[in-house]
Amino acid sequence: MTEVRLEAVDFTYPDGTRALDGVDLVVPAGSALALVGANGSGKTTLARHLNGLLRPSSGRVAVDGIDAAERTVAQLARSVGLCFQRPDRQIFGRTVRDEIEFGPRHQGVSSEDAFGRVKALASRLGLGEDLGAHPDDLGDTRRKLLTIASVLAMETPVFVLDEPTTGLDARGVDRIEHIVRELVEAGRTVIGISHDMRFVAETFERVVVLDRGRIVLDGTTEEVFAEDRWPALRGAGLEPPEAAVIGTRLGLGSTPTEAAIVGALTSRAARR
Amino acid sequence: MLRLAGVSYRYPGAGHETLHAVDLELYPGTVTGLAGAEQAGKSTLCLVAGGLAPRVVGGTVNGEIDIDGQDTRDWPMHRLADLVVTGLQDPGGQLSLIAETVFGEVAFGPANLGLPYDEVVSSAEEALRLVGIEHLRAHDPTRLSGGQQQLVVIAGLLAMRPRYLVLDEPVAHLDAASAKLVLTAIRAAATAGTAVLMAEQRPEAWTACDAVAVLGHGNILATGAPDEILSNPRITTLGIEEPAEVRLRRRLSEAGLDPELMGSAS
Repeated sequence: MTEVRLEAVDFTYPDGTRALDGVDLVVPAGSALALVGANGSGKTTLARHLNGLLRPSSGRVAVDGIDAAERTVAQLARSVGLCFQRPDRQIFGRTVRDEIEFGPRHQGVSSEDAFGRVKALASRLGLGEDLGAHPDDLGDTRRKLLTIASVLAMETPVFVLDEPTTGLDARGVDRIEHIVRELVEAGRTVIGISHDMRFVAETFERVVVLDRGRIVLDGTTEEVFAEDRWPALRGAGLEPPEAAVIGTRLGLGSTPTEAAIVGALTSRAARR
Repeated sequence: MLRLAGVSYRYPGAGHETLHAVDLELYPGTVTGLAGAEQAGKSTLCLVAGGLAPRVVGGTVNGEIDIDGQDTRDWPMHRLADLVVTGLQDPGGQLSLIAETVFGEVAFGPANLGLPYDEVVSSAEEALRLVGIEHLRAHDPTRLSGGQQQLVVIAGLLAMRPRYLVLDEPVAHLDAASAKLVLTAIRAAATAGTAVLMAEQRPEAWTACDAVAVLGHGNILATGAPDEILSNPRITTLGIEEPAEVRLRRRLSEAGLDPELMGSAS
């Protein structure tokens, strides 16, 4: 169980772009949090601070109570698995199996155990028949799933998934939803970055909204997607999930998910 | 009109075809959506319609491909590119890596078409405005976020004012506000006479389409008006996301409630 903490984190790129501006954030061990925001709001920059790929210009990042500044990227990578937005930045194995095995093998996992993880994850992500394929022969979507599998294979206590559902079809999104829920049930800490508000509402318990490098909203999905927050949400370039809009139209209160609408209508019908 | 008739395609070295006997017609002034599950062949069809397969990707195409009745199959890429441009799925991989600024990147396409200087500048300016990235004009495109790079690539394609525009998941990386701008810009391009083919997963994309074609295992399974296609309950079995209203009505029925509790759609 590992907590992630950011204290007054500022980050400015060498070209002068201030990407993070006084970010304070605590992600309790074993919780799931979605980080949302407009394009260029600083989501990916924040994610890269969690495993040391970027270091704050000022402020502090701590993983499991230990200041990230005191640890190398390689050390942090044992705690924080980061799945990149663009598969091509991450993939280098010659086969799907090599790619998924790479992380655990370098963590000292036996080849038998590593292959066990490969088979289990490949089947979970629908890559079971592609183990011998070259990653370049997979479509973009399957390469995306491959990057997720290879990060999950390291079984780190913290997972950061940057846009895990981009380009996935409805079945692929369902798979990711289930995987995140299982990770949380297993006590992992999961931070997901997404612009898919339906996925966010269905999968995460807490939502943090970034706007130009600052946190502007932070709460449960019921809170952040409630009607009184829509102006702030829209000010940050986002729209509430459609379920929230439909539930509000029907006078059901805050219903971030479709299940919440069905639940509210069921109890309304029972009262009549 | 760009027409594919009975088109099959096999990737180099592949043991089987990825597309089978595809018929597709792209008319100037219209947006055609391309829906389908992962591995249905959407990206492949974009490559073939855009002419990158087989010219750049390799592989074998069979069937007829023509533009306004002219067989284009033996046209070299540079000739086809005057008429047809393609936006690939991974926007960062499509940057020129030559331009030092976003403005230079967006102007790169029209400049390479040999357009007069004033026209290059005005079409680049307009494209920046259409997708809402005027404020990024002086930035280094390689240092932008994933979504911002997608906007830069789309602006660059729009600036070329192509007759045929093929887009593979143009709003995949975008926030809601940017996605809306891009879909509006795609509509505007169609109004100006462009024929657009747009593969997507996100249901809001279909609002910008005149027609949607559904691909499954490399075959076109259905083509029709977006409402007609998306209200067909079969689409979930094809891995296509239903619009929220349609899905909710179904879920209410499944829960034993009257779908009419939803009231009329907004």
